[in-house]
Amino acid sequence: MSILVDRYTPVLIQGITGRIGSFHCKEMLEYGTNIVGGVTPGKAGTSIHGVPVFNTVNEAVRETSATASVVMVPPPFAADSIMEAADSSIRLAVAITDGIPAQDMIKVKRYMRRYREANRMTLLGPNCAGIISPGKALLGIMPGHIFKAGNVGIIGRSGTLGYEAASQLQELGIGISTSVGIGGDPINGSSFLDILKLFNKDSETNLVVLVGEIGGPQEAEAAEYIRDSMIKPVVAYVAGLTAPKGRTMGHAGAIISAFGESADEKVEILREVGATIAPNPSEIGSTVATVLATLV
Amino acid sequence: MDIHEYQAKEILSGFGVAIPRGGLAYSPEQAAYRAREIGGHQWVVKAQVHSGGRGIAGGIKVCADENEVYDAAEGMFGHRLITEQSGKDGKVIYRVYVEAGIAIKRELYLGFVLDRSSERIMVVASIAGGMEIEEISVSQPDSIIRCIVEPAVGMQTFQAREIAFKLGIEPDLINETVEVIMGSYQAFEQLDATMVEINPLVVTTEGSLYALDAKMTFDDNAIFRHPNIAELRDKSQEDARETRAADRGLSYLGLDGNIGCIVNGAGLAMATMDMIKQAGGEPANFLDIGGGATPERVAKAFRLVMSDKNVKAVLVNIFAGINHCDWVAEGVLQAIKKDPIDIPLVVRRAGTNVEQGRKILSQSGLPIIRANTLSEAAVRVVTAVNSQSTYLLEVLQK
Repeated sequence: MSILVDRYTPVLIQGITGRIGSFHCKEMLEYGTNIVGGVTPGKAGTSIHGVPVFNTVNEAVRETSATASVVMVPPPFAADSIMEAADSSIRLAVAITDGIPAQDMIKVKRYMRRYREANRMTLLGPNCAGIISPGKALLGIMPGHIFKAGNVGIIGRSGTLGYEAASQLQELGIGISTSVGIGGDPINGSSFLDILKLFNKDSETNLVVLVGEIGGPQEAEAAEYIRDSMIKPVVAYVAGLTAPKGRTMGHAGAIISAFGESADEKVEILREVGATIAPNPSEIGSTVATVLATLV
Repeated sequence: MDIHEYQAKEILSGFGVAIPRGGLAYSPEQAAYRAREIGGHQWVVKAQVHSGGRGIAGGIKVCADENEVYDAAEGMFGHRLITEQSGKDGKVIYRVYVEAGIAIKRELYLGFVLDRSSERIMVVASIAGGMEIEEISVSQPDSIIRCIVEPAVGMQTFQAREIAFKLGIEPDLINETVEVIMGSYQAFEQLDATMVEINPLVVTTEGSLYALDAKMTFDDNAIFRHPNIAELRDKSQEDARETRAADRGLSYLGLDGNIGCIVNGAGLAMATMDMIKQAGGEPANFLDIGGGATPERVAKAFRLVMSDKNVKAVLVNIFAGINHCDWVAEGVLQAIKKDPIDIPLVVRRAGTNVEQGRKILSQSGLPIIRANTLSEAAVRVVTAVNSQSTYLLEVLQK
């Protein structure tokens, strides 16, 4: 098992006829992802790398029974595309698009709540590198060859920092069950907490690596869950210990930013709940190896 | 994107927020003329810079006659205003705003932000406006009024009314306060703002309500659908290097250290800075060259980092995913050939086509220090800065 995707997951690409969409369609097909269709309004009947194109997600789902979608639509139209997927019984949407207006994302998240939790789509991103279950499926833009199959789960905001973690693990011969990018935007589809819950239940995942960053409440929220419910060890690294405080014009940011948003505070909170902290980004792999060695 | 106080006031006034009479000036003569135009017997001259904390820094002057207005404006134009929020270089004053003085009875705080926890727009208000708001938010966090807006229906009048009553507004000013709150919310929502702040919102001794200062920040991702807002951009208030970077699709933030960093991805860029610091060095900048790191983009990043005269060594850390290492190597070469550099350069590459990249760089004959891991790269660049000896470069080459 892995979480969210496996080798049989039928996948659509929204924005498949674009430069980015068609390039990554090829990469994903080569990796072995089960790409069954693409969507670009007005381009139905054509095909990209042998993949049939449809006008709407609804039509594509009807014809292909796709359950997942990779959104590679330009930022002005991306929110609309995510809502279209949510409305077409897609179970997992992976939004790669960077630069979606924040208020569009507020609407998307509100729109998704019109479905009961059991029927609600899981959204990863936007502004994320995607999700990979090594050897099974890649939905996104990451280089597949740096991810070795195994039993460590990774959750990260940043794409390239996630690659860094994965390649350090590969170097040490440690494999990955699933690596999930949740994206760097302030308002995103799934949080660290959402994905931690899935890894906690996954029989193939023995340990979870959480790669956090400064800003936002999601690491602190995850820490609470780690303390109360997590049955697997967690290794964490938080980037931005040396990042300068953001320069702001007014006071509003300072008033609402709660405790737990700076990198130091996040590290402290995560350490307190029992996560093992990688002291620097170069030691994520070795920290995981040390913790794995203590497991029976 | 930030805008000036006078621009924010003009926008908010269009949404029904009351503001004192005022006018913009580009010269002391014009400032004095504005004062005459406004009338009355007291004026406030306000430096228009993209920064808070102007009062303490001397950017706000109360004047009793036209000569004082002239002198106050003359003292501001062309000067750098250094406030606690502006950074150490401050911001140059090119515009001043002249406003009618008003008799203040109470100063309140009203702000609108994107709240990351609830993923909604949040209204923040306090009976303690002016300079004390940050202090109060720490010492008496419970006194801060917070209200979250349901995105499906937007802000409701009853919510604005509740805030107004919590602010202790007199009954005959409640409707006006509700209008200010609703108007500011509409501006926030319709114009894709990420922050609207009225601080202070004042009640005058005559019992009127005015936005005495206003700040607005807009979502850069949404500027494409607000051309009128895009026009309000004032590049003179931005860090020149950051502006140049942004115009080239790079994300750059200048810092005080001496190790230039060129990295792809914001998270990896922050991690690289952390690593340099742990190795005992100081990063000169944050720079994320983004995905699609074409040779041209890498070359641009190089010129940008090298334009900082404090930079004594450069660390290139590119994790090539879809960008290939040979591309990145080409970019590095392209940049160095155009503008030869005489400081140590450490290049760490990982990911796709590492071998070809290595070959390109080693065949170039340039004194490039290679590193395989992030920690190796950080240690080498810090060592290079500390010794600055070509001898070391030669040793590391072998």
